[in-house]
Amino acid sequence: MSDPVVEETVKGHKRLERNITLLAVATFITVSIGGLVQITPLFYLENTIEEVEGVRPYTPLEQAGRDIYIREGCYTCHSQMVRPFRDEVERYGHYSLAAESMYDHPFQWGSKRTGPDLARVGGRYSDEWHVQHLENPQSVVPESVMPQYGFLKETDLEIGDPAATLTALRRVGVPYSDNDIEQAEADMLAQADPDADPGDLAERYPKALIRDFDGDPDRLTEMDALIAYLQMLGTLVDFDSAAPLEELAEEKGR
Amino acid sequence: MHAEAALGRIGLWFIIMLAAIASAVAAADAGFAAHATIIAIVAFAMIWMSASRFDPMGKAQGFFKMPDGPSRYDDDVIRWGVIATMFWGLAGLLAGVFIAAQLAFPQLNFEPYLNFGRVRPLHTSAVIFAFGGNALLATSFYVVQRTCRTQLAFPGLARFVFWGYQLFIVLAATGYLLGITQSKEYAEPEWYVDLWLTIVWVAYFIVFVGTLAKRKEPHIYVANWFYLAFIVTIAMLHIVNNLAMPVSLLGAKSYSAFAGVQDALTQWWYGHNAVGFFLTAGFLAMMYYFVPKQAERPVYSYRLSIIHFWSLIFLYIWAGPHHLHYTALPDWAQTLGMVFSVMLWMPSWGGMINGLMTLNGAWDKVRTDPIIRMMVMALAFYGMSTFEGPMLSIKSVNSLSHYTDWTIGHVHSGALGWNGMITFACVYFLVPRLWKRGRMYSLRMINWHFWLATLGIVFYASSMWVSGIMQGLMWREYGPDGYLVWSFADSVAAMFPMYVMRMAGGLMYLSGAIIMSYNIWMTLAGKQREEAPLRDAAYDPQADRPIVQPRPEAVPAE
Repeated sequence: MSDPVVEETVKGHKRLERNITLLAVATFITVSIGGLVQITPLFYLENTIEEVEGVRPYTPLEQAGRDIYIREGCYTCHSQMVRPFRDEVERYGHYSLAAESMYDHPFQWGSKRTGPDLARVGGRYSDEWHVQHLENPQSVVPESVMPQYGFLKETDLEIGDPAATLTALRRVGVPYSDNDIEQAEADMLAQADPDADPGDLAERYPKALIRDFDGDPDRLTEMDALIAYLQMLGTLVDFDSAAPLEELAEEKGR
Repeated sequence: MHAEAALGRIGLWFIIMLAAIASAVAAADAGFAAHATIIAIVAFAMIWMSASRFDPMGKAQGFFKMPDGPSRYDDDVIRWGVIATMFWGLAGLLAGVFIAAQLAFPQLNFEPYLNFGRVRPLHTSAVIFAFGGNALLATSFYVVQRTCRTQLAFPGLARFVFWGYQLFIVLAATGYLLGITQSKEYAEPEWYVDLWLTIVWVAYFIVFVGTLAKRKEPHIYVANWFYLAFIVTIAMLHIVNNLAMPVSLLGAKSYSAFAGVQDALTQWWYGHNAVGFFLTAGFLAMMYYFVPKQAERPVYSYRLSIIHFWSLIFLYIWAGPHHLHYTALPDWAQTLGMVFSVMLWMPSWGGMINGLMTLNGAWDKVRTDPIIRMMVMALAFYGMSTFEGPMLSIKSVNSLSHYTDWTIGHVHSGALGWNGMITFACVYFLVPRLWKRGRMYSLRMINWHFWLATLGIVFYASSMWVSGIMQGLMWREYGPDGYLVWSFADSVAAMFPMYVMRMAGGLMYLSGAIIMSYNIWMTLAGKQREEAPLRDAAYDPQADRPIVQPRPEAVPAE
């Protein structure tokens, strides 16, 4: 193998074929380039990190609902990304902005629409519709092939430690304040309880919906959390007011 | 096993069991507790096995009729890999048929554990990582030993890689049904399962590179370049894409380190290259060893293999953004992804051409050898789907196809046609050699498998083409009144016949795999089916004689 006479004649690509270290290093360099060029700029470029008025972190209850959305694999059939086409904008609403998912760890853009896009489903249907639809989708949309999620209404929301959840999210860059984290559990309980005092929840989380969502005010169920999340989707940015439109006009690269 | 060694081992497993039980008790959520319980059960089984000096591997090896004694090469772990490939293959295909049926008949969802959203990741992970992954583990260990003319470096570590990988699969699969997922497609397992896979993968890298380092051949064969690229790149992708912050060290939940756009591109950089390196580079490695072996011809072009290897691994990494066309990802990144995806067509076909042209001078075997036929069909589907892929990555085509079943059909023509077929062919090649049998139990059953699988893919792909294009067109159709013609629910209703046909195609493909399992089972049992050989022309001894014409009577001249 290391016969000097043979080694003399080994040139060009043959050197790689005879040296495992060289081959492994060359391979690693070759496969690193594409990702570095494409992904790294996204952490610096203006139109991928800019903030848009109205976008805020999720309330503890919405985040709990989002966790349920992920747990049930809703993303396998529903996208949350409206593309800038006439038919999509007409069907689902204004096309999605990068900033609207800036606090989404992980993102939920999806890759398949077995069901419709949900990026702007918030406020489109009543809470009662959502409860009935999740319990038995075919009872409100006969053509639907969606599974039934009645168990969400029967399952009490496991409160766990919402402060730990918010802390973990803050560690990866979501700007929750110390106050938000301190009050996380109280916020979660108050948002779905019409009798409780929500305190300054609505100031810290503008446009947060504070009400009973699942039709059973005595219990805080997984259904409450999921509907709280669905009902706020896509509602944070006010596309009808003049200011954001001005900002939108400046958003480049679309 | 010596008494001290056994005692030490028991102690080690006992500590692991105690730690697992403590984690289960202190767990922040039920899913994490369930996973800790699984670990505790495994540890308990290991204590019991060590304590009773029970030789479980020996019994299991006897059950699967594995040959006794040391073999020339380190083949034991490969035999286990072949069995695992078949087992997980059946499980993954069954899960696929089940979710296909759910889409046609939603009554088949059983909340909460067997709802579509939880079973679909089970299906994708089972076929990609369990079926495909075990095929890659088994064949890479087989090929690297043969082409290096040496035994595996660190055989103990190789066993750890195999069994550790099975534990990863079990944790991932049970996790999905329990609702433990981080929702990144094809990277759904949570942080602690990801960490475990990282350990297993580093061990895999050490075994593979160690074996290459102690090779007795001066030259590293081309199949090993592809295996190496697959192992190195998957490590890189897996680690970066799964960076996450756990909520609690005793809980399953974690949050991705990235958000929004950055998370999306990182995910599809991973997702597309799970296809590029797991399902393409690794399987091309299989092709580069087993196709020349079965065809008994050398690889067509050495130069082509160099060019297409480096261009394939360089270009693939750039193609991720084509999963995010017209999203909030910046335009330049989308266009870059599209351009590189189109360029990727060429190295992909380089691999197909190198494989197909290897059959130069052996094309007659397509008629007589069902294993070669499977390999040719695999390469044909590889070529077909690597043409379809670049086409779908063109933005204007993608505006129609994205979010529809066309993507699903594309994935399956690649997965069922290329990955499935080449894996089946390699397993048919391996089983008689690994178990020291003359041939497979039945070649005619391989032929049946081939046709069932091919027909199944045709049903699958064509029904998804129709439903995908129809969906895309219905969503964007405007009437003369200027309004959208169809509601979303209309498009769902229109899919029904295609979903039933897709299910039928999947069922055919699954039946082929069941026939294969039976065929392997009988081969392991040492039987050979008495059947008419495939390669003989008809022979009728009655007709095989000179024509004897009665000589005309001699008539005396008048």
